[in-house]
Amino acid sequence: MSEAVAHHDEHHDHHPSGITRWLFTTNHKDIGTMYLVFSLIMFFVGGAMAMVIRAELFEPGLQFVDPQFFNSMTTMHALVMIFGVAMPAAVGFANWMVPMMIGAPDMALPRLNNWSFWILPFAFALLLLTLFLPGGGPAAGWTMYPPLMLQTGDAFPFVIFAVHFLGISSVMGAINIIATVFNMRAPGMSFMKLPLFVWAWIITAFLLIAAIPVLAGAVTMLLTDKFFGTSFFNAAGGGDPVMFQHIFWFFGHPEVYILILPAFGIVSQVIPTFARKPLFGYDSMVYATAAIAFMSFFVWAHHMFTVGMPLTGELFFMYATMSIAVPTGVKIFNWTATMWRGSMSFETPMLFAIAFIILFAIGGFSGLMLAIVPADFQYHDTYFVVAHFHYVLVTGTIFALFAGAYYWLPKWTGHMYNETLGQWHFWLSVISVNILFFPQHFLGLAGMPRRIPDYAVQFTEWNMVSSIGGFAFGLSQLLFVWMVIQCVRGGAKATDQVWEGAHGLEWTLPSPPPYHSFTTPPKVTDAVAHS
Amino acid sequence: MSIKSLSDRLARLILLPLVLFSSTVMAGFDELNMTQGVTPISQDIYGLHMIIMWICVAIGVVVFGVMFWSIFHHRKSRGAVASQFHHSTKAEILWTIVPVLILVGMAIPATRVLIAMENTGDSDMTIKVTGYQWKWEYEYIDEGVSFFSTLAASSNEARQLRSNRDPNKVEHYLLDVDKRLVVPVDTKIRFLTTSNDVIHAWWVPALGWKRDAIPGFINESWAIIEEPGVYRGQCAELCGRDHAFMPIVVVAKEKGEYEQWVAEQKAAQQAAAESGDRDWSMDELMARGEEVYGTNCAACHQANGEGVPGAFPSLTESEIVFGPKADHINVVLHGVDGTTMAAFGEQLSDAELAAVITYERNAWGNEMGDMVQPSEVKALR
Repeated sequence: MSEAVAHHDEHHDHHPSGITRWLFTTNHKDIGTMYLVFSLIMFFVGGAMAMVIRAELFEPGLQFVDPQFFNSMTTMHALVMIFGVAMPAAVGFANWMVPMMIGAPDMALPRLNNWSFWILPFAFALLLLTLFLPGGGPAAGWTMYPPLMLQTGDAFPFVIFAVHFLGISSVMGAINIIATVFNMRAPGMSFMKLPLFVWAWIITAFLLIAAIPVLAGAVTMLLTDKFFGTSFFNAAGGGDPVMFQHIFWFFGHPEVYILILPAFGIVSQVIPTFARKPLFGYDSMVYATAAIAFMSFFVWAHHMFTVGMPLTGELFFMYATMSIAVPTGVKIFNWTATMWRGSMSFETPMLFAIAFIILFAIGGFSGLMLAIVPADFQYHDTYFVVAHFHYVLVTGTIFALFAGAYYWLPKWTGHMYNETLGQWHFWLSVISVNILFFPQHFLGLAGMPRRIPDYAVQFTEWNMVSSIGGFAFGLSQLLFVWMVIQCVRGGAKATDQVWEGAHGLEWTLPSPPPYHSFTTPPKVTDAVAHS
Repeated sequence: MSIKSLSDRLARLILLPLVLFSSTVMAGFDELNMTQGVTPISQDIYGLHMIIMWICVAIGVVVFGVMFWSIFHHRKSRGAVASQFHHSTKAEILWTIVPVLILVGMAIPATRVLIAMENTGDSDMTIKVTGYQWKWEYEYIDEGVSFFSTLAASSNEARQLRSNRDPNKVEHYLLDVDKRLVVPVDTKIRFLTTSNDVIHAWWVPALGWKRDAIPGFINESWAIIEEPGVYRGQCAELCGRDHAFMPIVVVAKEKGEYEQWVAEQKAAQQAAAESGDRDWSMDELMARGEEVYGTNCAACHQANGEGVPGAFPSLTESEIVFGPKADHINVVLHGVDGTTMAAFGEQLSDAELAAVITYERNAWGNEMGDMVQPSEVKALR
């Protein structure tokens, strides 16, 4: 029996090399790497679109692009950054870390894993190629509101198809993570011992399974409205364009938490490590995350207060939205309490994690302001909203992803990254990102609508400041790529534990870890359980 | 924008830290906060905005203060030894209850203002606002006056791609229109917003709100403007290529002046209606047609009639333009389903339609040589 098992393992260890290794791989680390590399590439594709936007907005007048192309840039920038960067990067982290954190050899459904990754490049090829079709790419915003979306040219069916693909990929990834965590935990790894990153991902995975099919339904109804004569969203045929917005945001708000919960998870791993102190309030962190996820299904209409809802509807969604501030506050307070009376050091992952807490909280504050319906009637669809969600998604999600990348790169590659380069990357990013997004609060309050390629001259100064910050932020990210390449190629040898304060099963494995993480289940003691 | 004014602006940027608070040089940097507006509601909203912003600032100062104190004192390099506590029920209950109380404190005034905002009863007059790609139509329901309001010609020329016009030299660049919405002060005005094509949003910050204009549905909102003046705004919901170019200008006048303006509008509308009952000369049609084309058609089909390949068809090589008059009139009157080509029958008078169709058939080297008279358009309506 044991001989058979050994033979079986050998067979698996003998993996193909070259391109077939990546095409046919069922290994969680290889797939995780592909997800992460893919999202890094898409980060620069979406970033290049942002540069076009900031260049056109540098001064009033139209200097570079036609308004229609500008609109397709804002639309594509969002789709790429959400579906091509934030979500795949989070799945990449999950692929790498979940099996190592729960003491499993691999993911539960390895072939599904391969498939859910390889759908992505095709989906994005389909999406990005629409920019070259007659009539240009989608230009109705990533929210795809009809009737405007129905005016899209030849790109229309391709966009819908691409969105379906992206959704299928995400749902398969989510199923895999749930199956893995529910079935493959090492003996003794009870749910309330799971690292918070794993907890955050289970909850995210359930959100994905619940929310993505709703998006699929919404875009399918768009498709039939356009090509098969239905009138779901056409008032002239008895439909309602606002119904699309309700359906879209019923997906869209949970999606916001799909983007941020894995980030919460990463930060909850990083802060205790560098504070050299256990996470404060583990149980309440788990409950707060679950509460946020649950409540995210009851607040969708705060994205659409101006459509003309009944007063009672507006009040309900205002109160529900405001109440999400409570569990979110609990998380911020817990992280702060974790740092309190710790013994902190400030390596790059910790810097990004601290910046995450502060800047995400600023995004949370503007979110609270946006929840106040009467004030939202002024803020809605202005640069104030643009500032808000970029604080939450760039200095929130993206900064947490950077924290996670610096935190685990030594484990993944077996080499320490260049700390000086990391510190430069952090300080350049954190300064430029605030120059980029903080002035957008002022622009919105002063009355500049979002999604416009040209603006009245009183908005010039802050737009210039914002664009300069944008170019600086974009360039700073090249440092990250350089750092990653250096770290993969060589550098100081990383120890198994890597960080003095690191606790958890992943740090008991060698750096880099073996091809199959845990071939025999590890012993889960309190010392290696969640920190 | 010229190099000169660009360098001026860059110079100001570089001086920013020095003169941030000596603001005469820095006009653009002063635009930091929400307008207080000119209606009682807009002032309430401004008040709410400021209260909640300061509460957030206060919470931020406390939380970040604690964090920074900890970052400074509890660092390993200062020899801090980590304590190992990881739980405190008291603290956790405290920081759940306190935020709840703060939120309730915010919700009470917000609810009060919201209830007032949604009360559109007892209005003195009603204006129906209809969004079109890319202009607004205003209908004074009780007066029978209605007109379209489009981006002013000066802004429209300067905003074309690489126009080489300096937007700083255009008065109220992108915030000026050909016909302004005139309203009386101290009157409860009910606004009904709707749309003819895609979703737009009607927003004048000085009135305190924006409201979506949705095809097939009518939304209600209201305002009492307390100060005479000119208030500018823009469409706030992405509505296609020229979303940035459909501004709103509201002029609030004393009641007497407003009545006088209404009378003038009625007289002008009467004269325009009569112009559709006679035959026009070729020169008249071409001259009027060029104006109508500039405001209504050039955004898509371009001033030179060549359109945008793949998106907006050319009119210089078009089977419709070179075909029978009736087909051409039908397309302009009724639009083309499933495309951005709108039905202009509702938007333009017979005379305007006749003029613009004649213009398309005879401009840019098109040589159809025929004229379309208002009566022919009327017959096909």
